Amino acid sequence: MVKLAIVLMALGSLPLAALAAEPEAAGEAATPVKWEEWHAGNSIEDTSSLQRGARNFMNYCNGCHALKYVRYQRMADDLKIPTDVLSRDLVAPGSNALSYITTSLPDADAVNWFGKVPPDLSLITRSKGTDYVYRFLKTFYADPASATGSNNLAYPGAAMPAVLSDLSGVNDAVFRQDGGQKVFDHFANTVPGTLTPAQYDDFVRDTVNFLDYVGEPTQIERRTIGIWVVLFLVLLTWLTWLLKNEYWKDVH
Amino acid sequence: MTDVPLTAAPDVDEGRRKFLTVAASGVAAFGAVVTVIPFVESWEPSERARALGAPVLLDISKLEPGQMITTVWRKQVIYVVGRAQPLVDKLTKNDGDLKDKDSRDSIQPGYAQNEMRSRRADVLVLIGICTHLGCLPKSFFDPGDPVLGASWPGGFRCPCHGSRFDLAGRVFNGSPAPTNLSVPPYSFQDQHTLVIGLDGAPAKGAA
Amino acid sequence: MANEAAYKPGFWGWLNRRLPVEVFWRSQLSEYYAPKNFNFWYFFGSLAMLVLVMQLVTGIFLAMFYKVGENTAFDSVEFIMREVDFGWLLRYLHSTGASAFFLVIYLHMFRGIMYGSYKSPRELLWLFGMIIYLALMAEAFMGYVLPWGNMSFWAATVIINIFGAIPVIGPGLVEWIRGDYGIADATLNRFFSLHVVALPLLLLLLVALHLVALHEVGSNNPDGVEIKEKKNAQGIPLDGIPFHPYYTVKDIFGVAAFLALFAIVVFFIPTFADLFLEKANFEPANPLSTPDPISPSWYFTPYYAILRSFPSKGAGAVAMLIAVSAFFFLPWLDRSPVKSIRYRGWIYKTFLALFVVSFLGLMYLGLQPAQGTYVVLSRICCVPYFLFFILMPFYTRWDPVKPVPERVTAHG
Repeated sequence: MVKLAIVLMALGSLPLAALAAEPEAAGEAATPVKWEEWHAGNSIEDTSSLQRGARNFMNYCNGCHALKYVRYQRMADDLKIPTDVLSRDLVAPGSNALSYITTSLPDADAVNWFGKVPPDLSLITRSKGTDYVYRFLKTFYADPASATGSNNLAYPGAAMPAVLSDLSGVNDAVFRQDGGQKVFDHFANTVPGTLTPAQYDDFVRDTVNFLDYVGEPTQIERRTIGIWVVLFLVLLTWLTWLLKNEYWKDVH
Repeated sequence: MTDVPLTAAPDVDEGRRKFLTVAASGVAAFGAVVTVIPFVESWEPSERARALGAPVLLDISKLEPGQMITTVWRKQVIYVVGRAQPLVDKLTKNDGDLKDKDSRDSIQPGYAQNEMRSRRADVLVLIGICTHLGCLPKSFFDPGDPVLGASWPGGFRCPCHGSRFDLAGRVFNGSPAPTNLSVPPYSFQDQHTLVIGLDGAPAKGAA
Repeated sequence: MANEAAYKPGFWGWLNRRLPVEVFWRSQLSEYYAPKNFNFWYFFGSLAMLVLVMQLVTGIFLAMFYKVGENTAFDSVEFIMREVDFGWLLRYLHSTGASAFFLVIYLHMFRGIMYGSYKSPRELLWLFGMIIYLALMAEAFMGYVLPWGNMSFWAATVIINIFGAIPVIGPGLVEWIRGDYGIADATLNRFFSLHVVALPLLLLLLVALHLVALHEVGSNNPDGVEIKEKKNAQGIPLDGIPFHPYYTVKDIFGVAAFLALFAIVVFFIPTFADLFLEKANFEPANPLSTPDPISPSWYFTPYYAILRSFPSKGAGAVAMLIAVSAFFFLPWLDRSPVKSIRYRGWIYKTFLALFVVSFLGLMYLGLQPAQGTYVVLSRICCVPYFLFFILMPFYTRWDPVKPVPERVTAHG
């Protein structure tokens, strides 16, 4: 019957295999680009990536998106950003280091321009996953039929315009017919961006990494403490096992 | 099958049993204590409380002698009083009438355990809460006040039970309050900026 | 048991003349005899008590920071996760504890089924256990609503709507439970009170009754042999050993091993691949958008799969009700002369194996969208599930059982 327990544990660990992240190179390939299989491949332990992601977020996203559960100072402490860099480059005018990260875009204007308020991104990677956010930021394409002039493969009909197109360049999405269905094949770059595809990929990965941190700032502390707790409990299990066996020598 | 399932006492290795019991209990007890820590820690002021309790910056460039600015730090009322030098010089005259002239029983940072109970003579920073039962003392800075008498040197008087304090916040004899008005940690970021809640504010504009 | 301690000198005598401490210690622990052949399956009762205590303590602390209310609840949970020192640990202990509770309870119930622990004289013990199971499901359901995430909101909507299937009083009942025309602040507030106060008190009472009923008749064991039938000259069961120190020391080992596995989940995989903390619940409740796909927590999904297998709302609700309540009748459905699976025949073992497979299958299927093959498979799994109970009075009589030994066959 111990087998049953083992089987249950094994079943439980199967979904974990799917969480393994592999970095993917972006690009225009001749074979159909399987964007649905792209993985963010970010590493929370990479503090310099998180710092770049924080900078990216403040420069490109904070104009419309808030991080209402995050305080500037807490982010600076966790990401080891010096105080002067924090106040000079990251804290929005009107806020101070201890306030939560808000956005200056008024809700009424947002609804007017985009039809909805850009969502707060504090928990975006926890509710949608890092892979989704990575894919979202990398699958914008030009679409004259849409209100914003752009569309997105991960989130078709997204109200968000392709705000990173300066960096990524403008892409057309080339579709093909596959058994009567219109299926995405590859991107064709029409206007080059200021970043190469590899640089843009790093940009997105850093930003997703930052949002991963933002989703759960205590995750590093959690894993660090966890190692000690589990090791301690393994020790305790061993000792109590010895104790149990010693007493049970009595029983025949 | 035996009729008695348990081994008789003399066959038991008591020594090993005791050692293992002590070892396992010791490790388990250590684990139990460590487990309590997160629960106790969770009661500490949260990050929100710490943010709201952050040091308060106050611009005192317009603070005149005899004037008082009231502010709040960590939910406590703070009095910031401008003092004229002559009044500061006269503070020693009160010494004979004070309960705790050397502030031995009172609460203040090291730099405020002096005659004038402050870092600078011209600025007095106090926690404006009477050390008797917590009312807010009122300011009576002019010497020779009509209500308090001709010999009143200037200071504070608490409306609730009549405790009186001098212009360094020190409590007079005959007051129900036991100790001097407390002094919070504070420092000066520059000549005109008081930082309440921080002992060593970095000097602004320093190289 | 005579209160000998009452005659002892000093503080101990003083205490025992006023409170039966030593009588309790001896009658329930050091001179309470349990079968010596308890195996792995006998850990789960004490583990269930451990998890109950853990949920109570972490729940008490969470309630110090949680702010009930449709506009504050979600934010307060994030406040706990980010700004309360070790708040994240309190939260993960509680969320993982909820799932651990059900894992432990399902294994505990399975032990009861395998060894016939529900059979006479333990029917009432089994019934108390089943009522605890129902109360636990209610407690978990209401607890899940409290974070006021989008899954909280929609789980509440769907599950409470099931009550609408009751003829005549259904719709009125649903509105009465909700306290509003849809799941709302009123619902959240009353669930908070029930989850934090009422149901924990009820659970504690039921667990106490469960333990008293257990100690009245004594534990069953993997051989299904009644140890009280063979006692020595002193009245001590020949196959019994004192609970303390033998099972206290064994259960402490069980606790340590369980906590090691539990800690791995809490500290490294708290969401457990979306099973313990669903992604959709990291978005605030949105009455205008149902999560897709939607499913209850894994411990409810067998019954959810059964509910969805039936095309009619009423039939589905009735089937689900029967699926849960069938367990209550086991003591009377089982006509076998033999308690433990060790001495049952191939017919019973086949039915039980198919039941387990279908229960696990339904659990998996309930987590999937209600489409295509999943629905077909759910319907197929319903068959061995219900037949296990419906045909039990017959196949347990026909089952070719083996001779049951006079004494237990091993020691733990």
